Amino acid sequence: MAANASSASPTLVRLEGVSMVYGRGAGAVRAIEDVSLTIARGEFIAVVGPSGCGKSSLMKLISGLHPPAAGRLEVEGEPVRGPIKSVGMAFQNSNLLPWRTALENVLLPLEIVEPHRSRMRRERARYRERAQRLLESVGLAGFTDKYPWELSGGMQQRTSICRALVHEPEILMLDEPFGALDAFTREELWCALRDLQAERGVTVMLVTHDLREAVFLADTVYVMSSRPGRIVMRCEVGLPRPRDLEVTYTPQFQEIVHELRRRIGLRQH
Amino acid sequence: MDRREFAIKVGSPAAFVVAMFALWELVCRALAVPITVLPAPSDVFAALWQYRAPIAANAVVTLWTTLAGFLIATVFGLALGIAVGWHRALYAGVYPVLVGFNSIPKVAVVPVLILWFGIGEVPAVLTAFLISFFPIVVNVATGLATTEPELEDVLRALGASKLDVMRKVGIPRSLPYFFGSLKVAITLAFVGAVVSETVGANRGIGKLMLDAQAAFQVPIVFAGLLVLAVLGIALYAVTAGIEARFTRWAFRGQAAH
Ligand SMILES: Nc1ncnc2c1ncn2[C@@H]1O[C@H](COP(=O)(O)OP(=O)(O)OP(=O)(O)O)[C@@H](O)[C@H]1O
Ligand SMILES: [Mg+2]
Repeated sequence: MAANASSASPTLVRLEGVSMVYGRGAGAVRAIEDVSLTIARGEFIAVVGPSGCGKSSLMKLISGLHPPAAGRLEVEGEPVRGPIKSVGMAFQNSNLLPWRTALENVLLPLEIVEPHRSRMRRERARYRERAQRLLESVGLAGFTDKYPWELSGGMQQRTSICRALVHEPEILMLDEPFGALDAFTREELWCALRDLQAERGVTVMLVTHDLREAVFLADTVYVMSSRPGRIVMRCEVGLPRPRDLEVTYTPQFQEIVHELRRRIGLRQH
Repeated sequence: MDRREFAIKVGSPAAFVVAMFALWELVCRALAVPITVLPAPSDVFAALWQYRAPIAANAVVTLWTTLAGFLIATVFGLALGIAVGWHRALYAGVYPVLVGFNSIPKVAVVPVLILWFGIGEVPAVLTAFLISFFPIVVNVATGLATTEPELEDVLRALGASKLDVMRKVGIPRSLPYFFGSLKVAITLAFVGAVVSETVGANRGIGKLMLDAQAAFQVPIVFAGLLVLAVLGIALYAVTAGIEARFTRWAFRGQAAH
């Protein structure tokens, strides 16, 4: 899958001079101002920046949940006019449905997205099998029939990421997915995400506050300024893949993190 | 462990009720309270047995008017709750009207209903309905309106329609709220039916008590109260049972946190 994905058009998402506004008239909030960037197929990008700078808004924009106020926004060469279906999303809060087991939660997108939706009834067993394997691949083999409250925070987050991936979206959008986890669980999940992405070649957009997380996982890191959000820096992380957690202790890694920290500016401590 | 549970859950309320009746009996006898002021439980149970046929017949009337009003309230409350929770403009428009309507004491509406529909069961059914639909509407609408916006984003990004979001998330989410409100609604419906019967009706426990009171048949008045208490508890228990049956996940979720 990775191979044929990258052989198609290399650019998946293109933003040119895009701004975005919430509300109208006097009460309008400019969330994003003149952002231009491209995301290649199979690329892993991370977006960092101070709180309230418009990172989540950028995600909403690209997924077509909120229209741009100005500029051009294209996905797969087509202007975005509404929700693009080839996206999977996960947030800081896992948002699992408490009345469904982990497996049933993962099945949810398949009950909505065509063509799975119409096949769901006939091929339920096959889809369950697919969800089962996906959960196993993130280390949840024995927990597929557990309800969300029977899972730890890290397990819930893994389930949530599986739910975002099960319909094989072009783009995986993660908004601070590990923000609520402790440091050890977080690093464990970095590796889980790294492996999932390497295996499937999916394009990922990761919003995070954690610069180490961004540098460890991403091919390209974008730094946004505070409101209205602009991109003030684009940083290509040259670290070779596959990356091991050890890489985070190398001077090269630290150097990139420090550089990013400087660009985010004032808020360092 | 099960036996202990049982002893606590069934044994202790039973013992408490028996003790209460015993104390009541004792007080009446010791102080020689006149039967026209406070009849002893023995008098009340005697009256209950003696007039069992009319009491049962009237209890059936009260029961069916309550249930009829409650059923209408459930259907109407669910429909209005979904409509209101679906659409923010509808929510904004309908909510203040509902609150205003709900603040009218329903006893004040009964004469109007009697004026329109005459003395009979219809005003009782309608009073039961009017008094009990409000909590259902509010609960269903709240359950729908508090769907996490992020979850809605997840689904909308997949191309889910508003109906999909409702079916997959909104409605299952609001079920615990809905079933929770049924407990409140059934109690209110019962109150509504009895109040309406005491204002103007031909039949029903309320009417029976009113007649007994006019004839100074105080033990029958108390027998009526006793029947009302038992019916009220039974109705509540049934809806609480339905709630526990259908919303197990919500209870289990709480238990784990
Ligand atoms: N639904 C909304 N309506 C109006 N304004 C909004 C809305 N969502 C966000 N904003 C505003 O847009 C700006 C950017 O918000 P956004 O959520 O994108 O920030 P963020 O970078 O994700 O912040 P954080 O790191 O704290 O999550 C903020 O100033 C916020 O107040
Ligand atoms: Mg955010």
